[in-house]
Amino acid sequence: MTPNATVQWFATGRRIFRGRWLATLGLAWLVLVVLAAVFAPLIVPYDPLEIDPVARLTEPGAAHFFGTDHFGRDTFSRSIYGARMAIVIGLGSVVVALLVGGLTGMISAYFTRLGAFLMRVVDVLMAFPALLLALVLMTILERSVMNTVLVIGIVYATTTARILFGMTLKLKNEVFIDAAVCSGAGHASVLFRHILPNLISPLLVQASFIFAFAQLQAAALDFLGLGLPPEVPSWGNMLSESRIYVTRAPWLLLFPGALIILSVFSMNLVGDALRDSIDPRFKNDIKGV
Amino acid sequence: MTTDAERPLLRVRDLKTHFTLKAGGLFSGTRKVLKAVDGVSFDLAPGEVLGIVGESGCGKSTVGRTLTRLEDATGGTAEFDGQEMLSLSKADFRPLRREIQMIFQDPFASLNPRLTIEQTLSEPVRIHGLETTREAIRERIARTLTQVGLDPKVMSRHPHEFSGGQRQRIGIARVMIVEPKLVIADEAVSALDVSIQAQVLNLIKDLQTESGISMLFISHDLGVVRHICDRVAVMYLGRIVETAPRATLFSAPSHPYTKLLLASIPRIRPGRVAAEDRGEPASAAAPPPGCPFHPRCGLATDICRSERPLPVDLGNGQFSACHHAGNQQGEAA
Amino acid sequence: MTQSKPPLLDVRGLSLSIATGGSLMPVVRDLSFSLNASETLGIVGESGCGKSLTSLAIMGLLEGTPVRVTGGEILFEGRDLLTLPARERRRIMGNEMSMIFQEPMTSLNPVYRIGDQIVETIREHQPMSKTAARARAVELLRMVRIPDPQGRIDSYPHQLSGGMRQRVMIAMALAGSPRLLIADEPTTALDVTVQAQILKLIADLQSETGMGIILISHDLGVIAETCDRIAVMYRGRVVESAQTRDLFARMRHPYTRGLLDSIPEPDEDVERLPTIPGRVPGLDERVDGCAFHPRCARASDICREQDPAETAFGGGHAGRCHHPLEPDA
Repeated sequence: MTPNATVQWFATGRRIFRGRWLATLGLAWLVLVVLAAVFAPLIVPYDPLEIDPVARLTEPGAAHFFGTDHFGRDTFSRSIYGARMAIVIGLGSVVVALLVGGLTGMISAYFTRLGAFLMRVVDVLMAFPALLLALVLMTILERSVMNTVLVIGIVYATTTARILFGMTLKLKNEVFIDAAVCSGAGHASVLFRHILPNLISPLLVQASFIFAFAQLQAAALDFLGLGLPPEVPSWGNMLSESRIYVTRAPWLLLFPGALIILSVFSMNLVGDALRDSIDPRFKNDIKGV
Repeated sequence: MTTDAERPLLRVRDLKTHFTLKAGGLFSGTRKVLKAVDGVSFDLAPGEVLGIVGESGCGKSTVGRTLTRLEDATGGTAEFDGQEMLSLSKADFRPLRREIQMIFQDPFASLNPRLTIEQTLSEPVRIHGLETTREAIRERIARTLTQVGLDPKVMSRHPHEFSGGQRQRIGIARVMIVEPKLVIADEAVSALDVSIQAQVLNLIKDLQTESGISMLFISHDLGVVRHICDRVAVMYLGRIVETAPRATLFSAPSHPYTKLLLASIPRIRPGRVAAEDRGEPASAAAPPPGCPFHPRCGLATDICRSERPLPVDLGNGQFSACHHAGNQQGEAA
Repeated sequence: MTQSKPPLLDVRGLSLSIATGGSLMPVVRDLSFSLNASETLGIVGESGCGKSLTSLAIMGLLEGTPVRVTGGEILFEGRDLLTLPARERRRIMGNEMSMIFQEPMTSLNPVYRIGDQIVETIREHQPMSKTAARARAVELLRMVRIPDPQGRIDSYPHQLSGGMRQRVMIAMALAGSPRLLIADEPTTALDVTVQAQILKLIADLQSETGMGIILISHDLGVIAETCDRIAVMYRGRVVESAQTRDLFARMRHPYTRGLLDSIPEPDEDVERLPTIPGRVPGLDERVDGCAFHPRCARASDICREQDPAETAFGGGHAGRCHHPLEPDA
């Protein structure tokens, strides 16, 4: 990135977050989560998978900040690695949802005949509650990080498709699109050179909401035992395992629960700030997922 | 083979563009047909500027959009340079896009806000393969920008940095850069302030004279049309009601609608005989039978209410689609 | 001319500014004009000249916008509207003075019948039973020459043509029997044949009611045909004002001349349109001296340095120019 572009990014960031203290706090928390995820091996005092039968269900203290679970694994270390999973799930779902949903929406709006069919498929999928759809898909597939990302991504691809469908329909009728067609632009050029760049900021907002909701969705799947493989240290898995010991070791519920709530809340705040700063034309199209 | 001098560049015959509108209740799927353009014919000679005037909803813009294939024609033919083009597939039509260009009305909406001027102007050059190297493209852009009265340095900027007049110049540059044969200008100066409008109008006139481009100049402003056009076609509810050379149309209009139009323009210099209050045009979705103008016409008789008038040749290139055109002039050709 | 009765509207030294990030950008400077009953004043100018802001200031509609009145007074029948208590001012607005806009700006509410909207407007200004208000609404629709007002009163806005909708807007403006009507580009969105009808209607209503009218337009033709007096605005100032006949017979300001010359007219052939070079400077661009000097062929050093004061050319004709055109020009 050139220094000039960096300055511009910085200026844009300032414009979005200026005077929004909660959103700025949210952003700060997310930065912390990302840092924890990236530098997890350097931060953690214990191996998150290491079992220590002697230290089972230790209360939070100097040796174990967040205490230990029923296998004696260090909750703090697992929480830090959980941040990794949160980022992977979030980013993965966003990529899948935007790619699949975004393309479906754009193409459906552009090629109206194909779109009439594709959007009916989307409508059918949207008739299922998001969690139910994810559950159905997960029971078919094997429990793995990859499949969890895929399933959550597909679930949110439906709403993304709906939103992009509406926005593309609007953009398609802009005079500058007619002008591009008169210049000889073909379908691909119109879609990706003229329409897509005008969708970037609403897509970013959409991405921030999907990122947040993917966390909840993943936690719910983990909790129901259908998400990530049980040995993977994710906040949802930790929550799921804690339920048996909740009276004896409430910290097992408290820490991952707090992390999920804080992170999702932060992402929503950042998403709101992004949404308020974008093109007023699209404000009514994006109402969260 | 006929020579260029005899053959019109554009020959439009019985052009029809109909739109289907959904109407009625939530579940009753009744459809209405809006005949935006309903049987329009005209010729455009090489180097000629033909004005198409009329009020909103008369179909003048749809004629332009159909001839650039932004709308699909329902019927009729349009020969461009001897080649029928309305029946071509979109792919086969693409090479013709270079020859047929369009200037749009709204200079704020017709430029992609995300692209720089260079990106916008380089697109048609690359697509039609007019230049191959980046340098040659930039040089061509610079040359065209100078041609429309802009500093070539502006090419790195985005549309929002320009005023309405400058943006319209950029729109004209996008058209001129491919050296077209036919330019369709749809209300090209209507969105501009008077002092800027005059500048852009002069620019269009100069470019047209220098390059000998043929032009279809669509406008609601008869003053502008008189200034720039060689010949004028007046449209009313999807049809051409009168065609005449400029001088004839303004000094000796034949069709009652043309007369009403001319009498309605507020004049700066006193002396206009105020037009009679003739109500408003019917909707194009439900045009009256017979002559579409008869409900507003002082000359209307029974034949006007039942039969659609055909164009009558009044001599000297003047045609009027009025049952009373011949009598009025004393002598039908 | 007798001095006993104050003019209907007397605007003196009105200045408006836009508040942007702590600083004030002047948009209308030291604007003065007056209007008598039964008189029509035309304000003409290109976009950004301040003509619409002036009308909003007179109507007290600047609240909620970043535009502030920074000086001057607006005397309506001798009372300064700017110092009047808010309640009193609201009573005057809509009753004694009202406004019509370019149609798309304040189109009618699409979900209510036009009759209900007119009745509501009437009852806002005068306490009246619904039946009486409805009768008054029919009367108003008849006043604006809507055929079959009894039948049309229950139409929804979308069932009416653009011209009919503008007639309804005029009917609503007339609900309080105003003595002053401000029409801001009332026919700009309409077709030329319909425009002629609406302009004629406004003129007829004036001779019936004797109201004073301020007609704001960018179209010199519309202004020339309908107005008794004309004020030409450029960049927040009235650069020339005169009786209509006078103005077109003897233009004194180079901008007025340039504006007139650059209009292609349907009655004459011009080989090449004379133009005013350049463009109107943006509000944020500072121009010293006369605001028009960068585009003026007659500009000299004094024009670059000193903002011209208003000069009276005689016969109510006045303008702001250091080098006015010769009266015969």
